[in-house]
Parts: sequence; C-alpha cells; structure tokens
Amino acid sequence: MKNSVILGALTVAGFMAGAAQAATLDDVKARGSLKCGSNSGLTGFAAPNANGEWEGFDVAVCRAVAAAVLGDPQAVEFVPTTPKTRFTALASGEVDILSRNTTWTLTRDVDLKFTFVGVNYYDGQGFIVPKALGVSSAKELDGATVCIQTGTTTELNLADFFRVNNISYEPVPIETNAEAQQQYLAGACDTYTTDASGLAATRASFEAPGDHVILPEIISKEPLGPLVRHGDDEWADIVRWTLNALIAAEEFGITSTNIAELSNGTDNPEINRILGTEGTMGEMLGLDAEWAKRAIMAEGNYGEIFEKNIGESTPIGLARGLNAQYKDGGLQYAPPFR
Amino acid sequence: MAGLSYVRVEMLPEREPPVSEVGLIGWLKSNLFSGWFNTILTLISLYFIYALVSSILPWLWSPTWAAQSLNECREIVSDLGKEHGGACYGVIRERWQQLLFGFYPDELRWRPILTLILLFVALAPVLFTEAFPAKMLWFTGAFLFLAPWLMWGGVIWTPLLVAAGLVIGFYAFKFSAGAIGNLAAIILAIALPILWWMFAIGPISQGLASIIPFGIEVVESRLFGGFMLSVWIGVVAIAISLFLGVVLALGRQSELMIVKYLSVGFIEFIRGVPLITLLFVASTLLNIFMPPGTNFDIILRVMIMATLFASAYIAEVIRGGLAALPRGQYEAADALGLDYWKSQRLIILPQALKISIPGIVSTFIGLFKDTTLVSIIGLLDPIGLTGSIRADANWNGIIWELYGFIAILFFISCFSMSRYSMWLERKLRKGHQ
Repeated sequence: MKNSVILGALTVAGFMAGAAQAATLDDVKARGSLKCGSNSGLTGFAAPNANGEWEGFDVAVCRAVAAAVLGDPQAVEFVPTTPKTRFTALASGEVDILSRNTTWTLTRDVDLKFTFVGVNYYDGQGFIVPKALGVSSAKELDGATVCIQTGTTTELNLADFFRVNNISYEPVPIETNAEAQQQYLAGACDTYTTDASGLAATRASFEAPGDHVILPEIISKEPLGPLVRHGDDEWADIVRWTLNALIAAEEFGITSTNIAELSNGTDNPEINRILGTEGTMGEMLGLDAEWAKRAIMAEGNYGEIFEKNIGESTPIGLARGLNAQYKDGGLQYAPPFR
Repeated sequence: MAGLSYVRVEMLPEREPPVSEVGLIGWLKSNLFSGWFNTILTLISLYFIYALVSSILPWLWSPTWAAQSLNECREIVSDLGKEHGGACYGVIRERWQQLLFGFYPDELRWRPILTLILLFVALAPVLFTEAFPAKMLWFTGAFLFLAPWLMWGGVIWTPLLVAAGLVIGFYAFKFSAGAIGNLAAIILAIALPILWWMFAIGPISQGLASIIPFGIEVVESRLFGGFMLSVWIGVVAIAISLFLGVVLALGRQSELMIVKYLSVGFIEFIRGVPLITLLFVASTLLNIFMPPGTNFDIILRVMIMATLFASAYIAEVIRGGLAALPRGQYEAADALGLDYWKSQRLIILPQALKISIPGIVSTFIGLFKDTTLVSIIGLLDPIGLTGSIRADANWNGIIWELYGFIAILFFISCFSMSRYSMWLERKLRKGHQ
C-alpha cells in the first residue's frame, strides 16, 4: 500500500516534470533563441571561427531549425558539450536540441530517453596506416599497435572486429584526437582508428598526407544525427521535418540561389508544398507557411551544406558515399512532403 | 740606528687582487671550474644546454606570423630549408583575442580590461599596505560588487541591492545584539541577508529598473571564455575562499560543538573529493536536481565549486598557522581581557596569517592552474579553446604553438604571485628584528 502511494507520487511528479518541459517550441519562441548543444570542436562538423561564430555541418542543422522556428539563423546559442556532458545537458533542458555527431543507438534512444529525429551523416569506423607499413586491408593488421580513444564506442567496435577476424592487437589508449595525431605521427602506434570522417580530417592535417592511407574496411555503423528529449513530439517533429526539408530540397533541386525564384510558384506541387506556396504544412507543425524556405535559405540544402563544410572542395575532402541522395546510390531519403 | 727597525714601519700599498680571483674569471673559477669533477660536470651541462637551445631556437625563429593556415606555414618553413621545421605563429595572430577573451563581444572588451585594471587598483591597498592610503580599502569593498556588474552587465540596481544585503546584516546584528544576545544576533545577521538576496532582490531590482533604467548591456556567461574565464574564476574563488577559509579554520578550532563538527565535516568532505568530481557535480548533477526550466548559470556553478574547494584547503593552511602560534599568545590575549573576536582580530590572526602566507599563496597558484580543468566539462577556457581552434580545418594539427602561448600566460600570472609572496614574507619578517 505504502509502495503504491510512493509510486503514485513519483508518477505524478514525473508527469509534472514532463508537463513543465513539454512545450519546447513555446520556450524557444519566448526566449527568442535556440539553445543548441554542439561539439566543442570537431573539424568540419562544429568549430568557432576567428570571429567566434560557430560553423560546420552539425552547426548548420541548428541554424536551419532556428531559421524555421524563429526566422533568424543567427538566433542560436551554442552550448559546447563534451561526450560526457552532452546527454545530461539535453536531458536537463540546458539545450533544446543536441546536434553533436552523436551515434543513434538503441540504448541512447530507449534507455536514455531521447528521440533521434534522423541521420544527417552516415559514418563508420576506419583505420589509417602509413603507406610504408605496406598494409592494404585491416585484416592484415595482426599484432599491430592501435591508437584508440578510450571510453568511446570505437573501443568496443575495435575489440569486436579483431575478435571476429581472429587476429590480435595491442591498444595504445589516448584521450583526444590531437593527442592521437601526435602519437601516430611519432610512430607510437602502427594505426589509428576512429570515425572515417575524423580520419579524413586528421589525414588532411598531416604534412605529407600522401604517405598515409585510409584502409577500405569500415568496421562499424555510426549513423550520426540530431536528437531531442523524449516526450515532446511536436518539437521532435519540427526538428525532424526541418532536416527532411534540407534533404528533400537537394532531391528537388532547391538551392539557396534559386529558392527565391522557385518560391514564386512552380509546376512541381511537392516543391510548392515545401516552400509553402501550396498546402498548410507549416500550420500543421505550428509554424508559418515559409518555415522550410527559411530553413533552406539559412545555409543551403543538404548537398550545399555538405559541400561547404566537409565536401570534396574542402581540406577534409569527404566523398558523398553513403550520404548521397538515394537516387545517386546513397542513403539520404526524405519522406514525402504530403 | 735610528732608521733601522725589524718590523715594517710603513703600510704596503694596496694591490689589485689577482686576476684569477675576481671578475668574470674569478667567478667562473670558483663556481664552475673549481675542481676536475666540477669541470667535467660544467662541460657536460654546457653541451646539454647548447643541444637544447640549438634545436629549439631555429624552431622558434620562424617568420610565419602572417600565415593564414598550417599548410601556408609549412610552405614558408620549407622555402627557408629548415631542418627541424618551424613554429606556425599565424594561429596566434588570428586567435590571440579569442584565447584571451573567448567569445566576449568585440565592442564590449573594454569591460573585462577595465575590470582587470580596477582589480589591481582594488588590490593595491591590500597587497602594499604601506604605499597606499587605507581609505582606498573602501574602493576594494565597492569593487566586489562593481566587478560582477562590469563583467556580466545588467541594471546597476542589482549589485547595489546585493551590497545592501550586507548593510542589512550589519544593522540587524547591531540592533538585535542587545535584545536577544550575541549568538542569536549573529544567526539573524546571516539569515536576513540570505532571505533578502533570495526573495527580495529580483522584484525590487526590476521595479527600480522600470523607474530608472540605468544599466549596461548584458553579456551572457556562455560568451565568457579564454584566459579571461580562467582569471575570472580564479580571482572570484581566491577572494571568497580566503574569507571562507578563515571562518572555517576558526570554526574548526571553536569550542562550540556544532560549529566545530560542521567545519570539520565540510573540510574533510571537500578535501576527500577531487576537484574534477565537484566540477562534474556542478555541470551535470545539479541540473537534474533543480526544477526543470531553472537556469542556474554554469559559470556561477563552477565558481561556487572552485570556491568551496579552495576554502577547505585554505582553512587547513590557516589552521596550521593557528597551531604554530605559541600557547602564550592565546593566554596573553585572554589576560588582556579581550573577547574572542578582538583577540582573534588583533593578536591571533595577524600572526597566524603571516605564518601561513607561503601555504596560502601556493594554494592560490594551484587553484588558478586548476581552473583549466573546466575544459573537461565543456567550458571554453584556453585549454578548451585549443581543441576548438584545432577543429578549424586551417589549423588542424597545431599543438605546441597554442600550448606555448597559454603556458606563457599562466607562467606570468603564477610567477608574479609567487614573487609577491616572497616579497611579503621578507617584509613581514622585519617585524621580528
């Protein structure tokens, strides 16, 4: 009897907490700015420039959401988070959205009570080795010393991969990416393993990038995407469909240059629905008709954001690969705007 | 016979000392080459110094100030045909302001600079008691409320009302001490200001601001960063922890049981927990306990934790000073008929604090350096910023230049603190002569 009273009280408290946190959209509007949990520094994905403005692939998602909700892509407060602090920051309401190269996993979705609204980058764990080592496949790395960041999923993936292939390795634990670069260049380890996007950025920073190769094996799935708290589906919908709008915009050829022209009305009803000249999509989300137009205008469509921050024209030089549109053999596939 | 004598009658003229005993040669001979063993050691040391300098200097001497990216630096350095490579100073040129001020708005940077200058003005009468008039201490007191206002901005009324809390406490003690006794008056003098700060300030400040809206632009904590953040956290924590530390040290020696055990419990708990744990409590745990929607500033939380941490250590250092005082000093104070507060203020504490100066200063230096730990909870102090700067594709791969720059900043600050403490010790020692 006593237990049930306590449970009941807890449930009520839980509901009250839920209710108090429920309307993130109203909070954001009242505050006039979006609080975005970002990485404190990851090449191409999030970093402050010399003027202190945040730039990057993950940052662009937050800017698009701010543009859709508040009409101003600059109305974002970036809260730098570390792998250790990011989830509490989101759960406690310190940030409205976490856009910080976070892998979508079951535990995080279900147990930590977050809602992943989509995937903005499909990553995977790879290896970089010096050419002089003469290795062409990760399966030839038997007995290698491996530089690895501790306390991350990469550590577990590595153990799994070597166990499945029945080969041995010797881990060299390190704390940060910068330290890993130094150790690897100094020859403290034969190979360095982390997400392939990170390896590309690391390799680009070397004095002689040509002396190092990234091995073809990708040993894990790392779908990275923005996430929000459980329990506020309206807010999750807004973030989800903003991301979808960016992806769909690339599919339908809406770019930051032709968007003004296209928003005068086109023959394609889906473009019209995205840009708000037809239908009431914005109203359903609790926003105005031009929400997606502003989101796309903030930093461009998905393809433009990719090219500008991490694409082949940048020093990081990532190919689209899995992140191409489904039409081009990739995985980026926005559900219909209907 | 008259002119004959067996001893010399006139003084020999003074002669120059031999060349081998004075000047540079003499110094070298007595200090560096005073025996075959020392000569060998000298030569080996000279070789090591030469090897070190000859490899570092060419690296330091690198005309890369104008470079826009690491690759450009590398081109400049390889054009010069350097063997050991060269430093890339372009990153310092582009980012030194960020490393110093974080994201503090450009046009408002005069505010932290002014705060720093005023800090020295405020510290002058405390640090150099003889050179500056004691009346300047009034400014020191005012600075405690002026500094946060300058840093964070907002309406002028908030710091004034916070200061008014202290006045309330003082008068509460003064008027109630006769009526309800000393102890109750002290409790009242502590409780009233806290209630005032918690409940009254917000509405009154808003009310006053709506009548006379005088204030400066608000700068949010998330824009604080760089060396400014380290100094700000350090200065606040040092100032408050010195005061708290004295109170705790006295509390630990107190004969009132509850006060004593509260102090002991606090000190031992804080000293038993690493600072990084307290920082994690500040950044993650506190959020969960507070009602949703509460916005308790992260930098304020970190400052509170750093202050509590430092005050426990300061308390123990001061307790060491108290214990080192001969018992006669306490007895003499009692014999003079001084009450507890007077004997502490006039006799015990001045001597105990003097003994504890080296310990206090090294605690401060340690605390100041420990502020870099905040990078672990995602605050962008200089160390945290190095990660962000490296995340810029232009500067990815730069290590030594950034850490070197930060090391220089910290060295200057910590070295001046340690020189000051040595000067102070020398000055105070004269009192015994």
